[in-house]
Amino acid sequence: MKVGVVSYGTYIPIYRIKVEEIARIWGENAEAIKGGLGIYQKSVPDVDEDTATISVEAAREAVYRANINPKDIGAIYVGSESHPYAVKPTATIVGEALGVGNDFFSADLEFACKAGTAGMQMCIGFVRSGMIKYGLAIGADTSQSKPGDALEYSAAAGGAAFIIGKNPIAEVEETYSFTSDTPDFWRRELQPYPSHGGRFTGLPAYFRHVTSAAQGLMDKMGLKASDFDYAVFHQPNAKFPVRVAKMLGFTNEQIKQGLLVPYIGNTYSGASILGFAAILDVAKPGDRILLVSFGSGAGSDAFSIVVTDAIENFERNPTVWDKVNQGVFIDYGEYLKHRDKIRM
Amino acid sequence: MLPRFWRKIKYRYDLVGSYCENCQSFFYPPRNLCPHCRRRSKIKEIPFDGKGRVLSYTVVHDAPEEYKEEKPYVVALIELENGVRVISQLVCDPEEVEIGMEVKKAFRKYGEDGNSGIIYYGTKFVPDN
Repeated sequence: MKVGVVSYGTYIPIYRIKVEEIARIWGENAEAIKGGLGIYQKSVPDVDEDTATISVEAAREAVYRANINPKDIGAIYVGSESHPYAVKPTATIVGEALGVGNDFFSADLEFACKAGTAGMQMCIGFVRSGMIKYGLAIGADTSQSKPGDALEYSAAAGGAAFIIGKNPIAEVEETYSFTSDTPDFWRRELQPYPSHGGRFTGLPAYFRHVTSAAQGLMDKMGLKASDFDYAVFHQPNAKFPVRVAKMLGFTNEQIKQGLLVPYIGNTYSGASILGFAAILDVAKPGDRILLVSFGSGAGSDAFSIVVTDAIENFERNPTVWDKVNQGVFIDYGEYLKHRDKIRM
Repeated sequence: MLPRFWRKIKYRYDLVGSYCENCQSFFYPPRNLCPHCRRRSKIKEIPFDGKGRVLSYTVVHDAPEEYKEEKPYVVALIELENGVRVISQLVCDPEEVEIGMEVKKAFRKYGEDGNSGIIYYGTKFVPDN
């Protein structure tokens, strides 16, 4: 019995701000930042958009493409670190907006940038055990960053939704996670912005977890990098995923299609799965995809996914790259208004 | 205010309207009784497709305090594919809007009760490119 992705939907807000515009305000060298991070611009939500609205829009696209009755969805998990409420689940809002009814398992998840893939694993478990027909896993964020902090160049907004079930367009062959207590990035209760360990976010955090999860999965399955047609890694900037791909033996060709961060920034819980969705947009039956998320704190979820024949009759337009390539550029003043950083 | 909004969530989060099986009329907001058929009305609740076109619009420059951030914004009279007409905010550049423009539903924030109150979500429209 094949279980995997039955459908997917994505949402990226249309507004963009360029690195030059942020650097102009803080008196920094835009070229050096672009060279260092590999990010040219990032997505910005509208004043009336948040993680709940992004989740609903992505999920609606997934339900529409799946052509299923929303009432057949038996579980909804929304992973984010920017849920609109501290207490009151985003998943309830998504369930109501989709018309799922009241008969479903649900919770909001939080594990920095990997809460979306954690939701996918939970749905896979539910479907495989026969407890539900379809599960909806969403990763979405309108990520926060302190004005003037290095994070401001990358913290972006967007999300992706996956319907997990039987007869998939992409079968999840195996999943493996690597977790440890590593304080690389955190946000304390009632604090508006996260803090991070600067360079500490690299080797002991991102690289250790992503390589361990990817290697652990490949060892478990007896696979190597060349067995995969595509790979997508969490992308907090463009440098980390490119470097980690090289460390694991993947080529630039394998990661190119899923590398969105230079043009939309780091969409946190949406980052690796939006890249995965961009790969599904072009993948052919039989293609094998490696998806590895990373959540600070820290952990990584790795998945080996094989595309099935069912993808050929699946509606994949508009594509993720269509949404990445659109954009209305705003200046820093408008950005502050959009991110609710102006106190009146 | 809380229960009043909560009761309408289903109809605001999505375009759930009503349909009279007796005279084939659609209504939004939903009605309990068909005004044409009255006691013969056979009302059924149904979700609408959410695509339509702009019949007319206005641009709001003098906004209430809670919508100041969004001004100038467009409020449009939209005709859905089933003939139902709704008045809604149309999220787009006021320079972009024109009569006949194709639009689709979008899930957005309506507003919030300050920093500690609840957040109101609902349906608005965006250009259907």
